[in-house]
Amino acid sequence: MIKVDIEKQLIGTEGKFLLKVNFEVNKNEFLTLFGKSGSGKTTILRMIAGLENPDTGFIEVEGKTYFNSKKKINIPPQKRKVGFVFQNYALFPNMTVYENLEFAMEKPNKQKIEEILEIVELQDLKNRYPNTLSGGQQQRVALARAIIRNPLILLLDEPLSALDLSVRLKLQDEIKKIHKLLNLTTLMVSHDKPEVFKLSDKVLWIDKGKIIKTGNPRKIFIEKEISGKFSFVGTILDIKNSDVIKIATVEIGDNLVEVIITGKEEFKIGDNVLVSSKAFNPVIKKI
Amino acid sequence: MEIDWTPFYLTFKLAVISTFILILIGIPFAYFLSFSNFKFKSSVEALVALPLVLPPTVLGFYLLIIFSKNGSLGSLWEKLFGHQLAFSFDGLVLASIIFSFPFMVHPLISGFKTVNKNLIEAAYTLGKSKTQTLFKVILPNMKPAIITGTTLAFAHTVGEFGVVLMVGGSIEGETKVVSIAIYDAVEKLDYSSAHIYSAILFGFSFFVLLVVYMLNKKFEVKY
Repeated sequence: MIKVDIEKQLIGTEGKFLLKVNFEVNKNEFLTLFGKSGSGKTTILRMIAGLENPDTGFIEVEGKTYFNSKKKINIPPQKRKVGFVFQNYALFPNMTVYENLEFAMEKPNKQKIEEILEIVELQDLKNRYPNTLSGGQQQRVALARAIIRNPLILLLDEPLSALDLSVRLKLQDEIKKIHKLLNLTTLMVSHDKPEVFKLSDKVLWIDKGKIIKTGNPRKIFIEKEISGKFSFVGTILDIKNSDVIKIATVEIGDNLVEVIITGKEEFKIGDNVLVSSKAFNPVIKKI
Repeated sequence: MEIDWTPFYLTFKLAVISTFILILIGIPFAYFLSFSNFKFKSSVEALVALPLVLPPTVLGFYLLIIFSKNGSLGSLWEKLFGHQLAFSFDGLVLASIIFSFPFMVHPLISGFKTVNKNLIEAAYTLGKSKTQTLFKVILPNMKPAIITGTTLAFAHTVGEFGVVLMVGGSIEGETKVVSIAIYDAVEKLDYSSAHIYSAILFGFSFFVLLVVYMLNKKFEVKY
């Protein structure tokens, strides 16, 4: 369990504002901080990692206090068991993929490195330097480097924002897989709704330094207009006209389904949608 | 004609020793100046840059006074090592370190500033201490700056004339480096010696710079 209750004065594009948040992350939970850029999301991650200090409050990870302004406790980042994936990956350009992972370990353990390389499918690239890798591959190395130390919490700062859609979708699946496989507790920062929807167990919607909504992604992003028995998130790949009706081809996970578009809402290719069934009539709605 | 290689040997020895010491003290100094903020930082920065703007004779004059038998450092040196600091090779090394200091430190400071901050933070979150981060992450990623600083300090020591003349004079085999030897030769109207010394120094300087630019190009391609 991770407990965060902190305050910090920040300077944004529209002047000063107070970042004041209080939340908990349960073990093995995937929690996302969602919100516009400049709302203080990344600062929260950086404070948990010890790269920045809150003005007041406390941060507690698995019963260990990382920061407490009253007790004047401030554990340096080196002593905090966090895995941090930076937005720009921050891979060491002077080290190969293998050396990047080796550097992250206190005692180099060849077997463990190979194991992690296999999980992120990088065995063939282990002797390459980061600048010879694609964005998606660099992202995988960054992820591997962060999890190889068995962190108590994995912090992902907009991990996929620099990648194009197809790579992003694949990596979303991988992040989810790794999160489950290694029983991680993950805290991600993102402003991409479909991504947040796909990955998170719980979402904190942050605006100007305050949490304005909390809950599972469905509760946060979808109003209670639909009470479907089951529903999936997908992306519209194609829309074709067939006589008087329109049929959308929607990619849900690895599956393609065809859904008849009803109602007045306009859809276009590339829209992220929620496909749900209401008494066996699929209903489709933008998310 | 016979070429007296002693001035070259002296110049080379002076430049190698000074540059080596400059690397040792320049790196921690530049690291400190780049990553900390203290009250008199601007004054320290101004002091470091002073040899860039001062006429060498001014610097040489003050160093001569400090290094002389009655000077603060000179008298201490004589007690410790039994010979005077002014007009000795040791004095030249010390003077070289002082006047080449900005040539080493300035490229290093800009090097430290170009290293992506996230790399340093990533190393910290991976449990690495500041020292480990400095040697394994920061320095290897600013090789061009280290090469530039080293070369400039080396080249500047080889080429310096004014300070060397003031502090070292022209003692054969002790302080008579190439730049002084050329000056002496010209004064004695021994143009052929002056020509030879100058041509060798010219070629040597060009070669050193050429190697540096080639190395820098190589590192730029790699990273």
